[in-house]
Amino acid sequence: MKKDKRYGMVIDLDKCTGCGSCMAACMAENNVPFREDESNKLLSITWMRVYKLTNGKPFPETDVCYLPRPCMHCGGQHEGHSPCVSVCPATATDYSLKTGIVSQIYTRCFGCRYCMASCPYHARYFNWWDPVWPDGMEKYLNPKVSPRMRGVVEKCSFCFHRYQLAKEKAYIQGRRELAEDEYQTSCTQACPAGAITFGDLNNHKHSVYKDKKNPNAFRLLERLGTNPKVYYISSRAWVRRAGDNYLRNEAKPAKAVQHG
Amino acid sequence: MSTSDDNAKQISPEAAGDDAAASSSEIKNKEQGNGFGGPVTLFFILGFAVSLILGWVIAPEMLYSQKKQPIDYNHALHVAEVGDGCESCHFFRADGTFSGVPKLELCVDCHEEVQGEDPNEIKFVEEYVVKEREVPWLIYSKQPDCVFFSHAAHIKGAQMDCVTCHGHIGESETSRVYEENRITGYSRDIWGKNIAGFKKNSWDRMKMDDCAECHQKEFTVQRTDVKTPINRLLDNFIAVSFPGMEAPAGIGDSVQTQRDACFVCHK
Repeated sequence: MKKDKRYGMVIDLDKCTGCGSCMAACMAENNVPFREDESNKLLSITWMRVYKLTNGKPFPETDVCYLPRPCMHCGGQHEGHSPCVSVCPATATDYSLKTGIVSQIYTRCFGCRYCMASCPYHARYFNWWDPVWPDGMEKYLNPKVSPRMRGVVEKCSFCFHRYQLAKEKAYIQGRRELAEDEYQTSCTQACPAGAITFGDLNNHKHSVYKDKKNPNAFRLLERLGTNPKVYYISSRAWVRRAGDNYLRNEAKPAKAVQHG
Repeated sequence: MSTSDDNAKQISPEAAGDDAAASSSEIKNKEQGNGFGGPVTLFFILGFAVSLILGWVIAPEMLYSQKKQPIDYNHALHVAEVGDGCESCHFFRADGTFSGVPKLELCVDCHEEVQGEDPNEIKFVEEYVVKEREVPWLIYSKQPDCVFFSHAAHIKGAQMDCVTCHGHIGESETSRVYEENRITGYSRDIWGKNIAGFKKNSWDRMKMDDCAECHQKEFTVQRTDVKTPINRLLDNFIAVSFPGMEAPAGIGDSVQTQRDACFVCHK
């Protein structure tokens, strides 16, 4: 077991019903701003977003799969060479070698949106306006997460504030290490189907360690070499194939290289 | 041309005389210049002094508004009465979070009724305890919303003393004036009192640099073992050439800065 943590997620797409609980839980937990009219999805901010995939076949063979997409917290080919971290000119986004989490410091970001262009997963969002909450709702905001201002980029943080809180509790109890259930993301806990598991990918005691080795596990756009820390499991071959881009007549997808 | 040359020759003695006159007048001018330079220099010195006073004395006075605490609180008196020092009132909750400034609920344990004759206590009981209103304390050490500070990590994890950051507040008998920055709304304790940026005590200032100062030291000690030989050579070179200068740290948690990651304290 390596000392440094590599927090990651395994999402079982066979269990996901596309209910959107993870999205709602994430919005509430992380003070994600929303607008009255969210019909233009290019302007919406969704740290966790459920996509609908179809196999494109007509009726009896038609099939649908829902795919929740948080930030992938890419490690890159060598640790820390995440697409977004490597391009940020403001040191506003960073890769932690302790946790493997890609951070976003809103007060450092100056809104060039280079990271958004570099992110192959569209996991980053820009604040085109200052957040406006419906009357009285600012009282429901999570005090542990600072609201963002106009002109900065934001994204999923793997609920990093929960990690900080868990660490505080550990300090009080004289510990340094966290148990698996002490640090869980909001979406993980909200999923009614239990499709999302979260933990340290380096720790063989955590369930994600076993799940990521599932023969049906794959990662999105793996061939780009982003080395994402979010794994998906699907028993359906077309879903696994939809996770990356292939030439029309390309042979079987190459087996994923297991990193970290 | 020749005539003019002749003329020139003819007038040359006069010109020479003129030259002499000119040089003597230059000397006079110089002497006068010296006499004139005095007021100019004085003007600049005065201007410099006025600018300094404006910038170092008057501007800070204008920048900060002076506020009084709602109750003049006597820390020394309370510390003598309670059993557990600072942690009697500024305690950790079971989940590891820090309570900070105590709520009325805690004060009521002792101050349900007026105990002494101190006008501050009478005011406190009458205006806040009886009316069940929280005291709007002004918090000297309040940090911006984007800052995450873990008291548990510092007090329990690193076994630090409260005094290191908060000073000898526990020995104070009155609440000092709270100086609020009119532009940012934060306390002057964050920026520090000394306009030149000199710091006598570790608690004089609580900006990000001041956190970094301590963390950088800790960090250099912890991480020297992971340095590459070339880095170590460079460190030695810096240590020898510039004594007192901090040696650059090795590889830290942060990929961007090679130090502590920003995400540790920023949210």
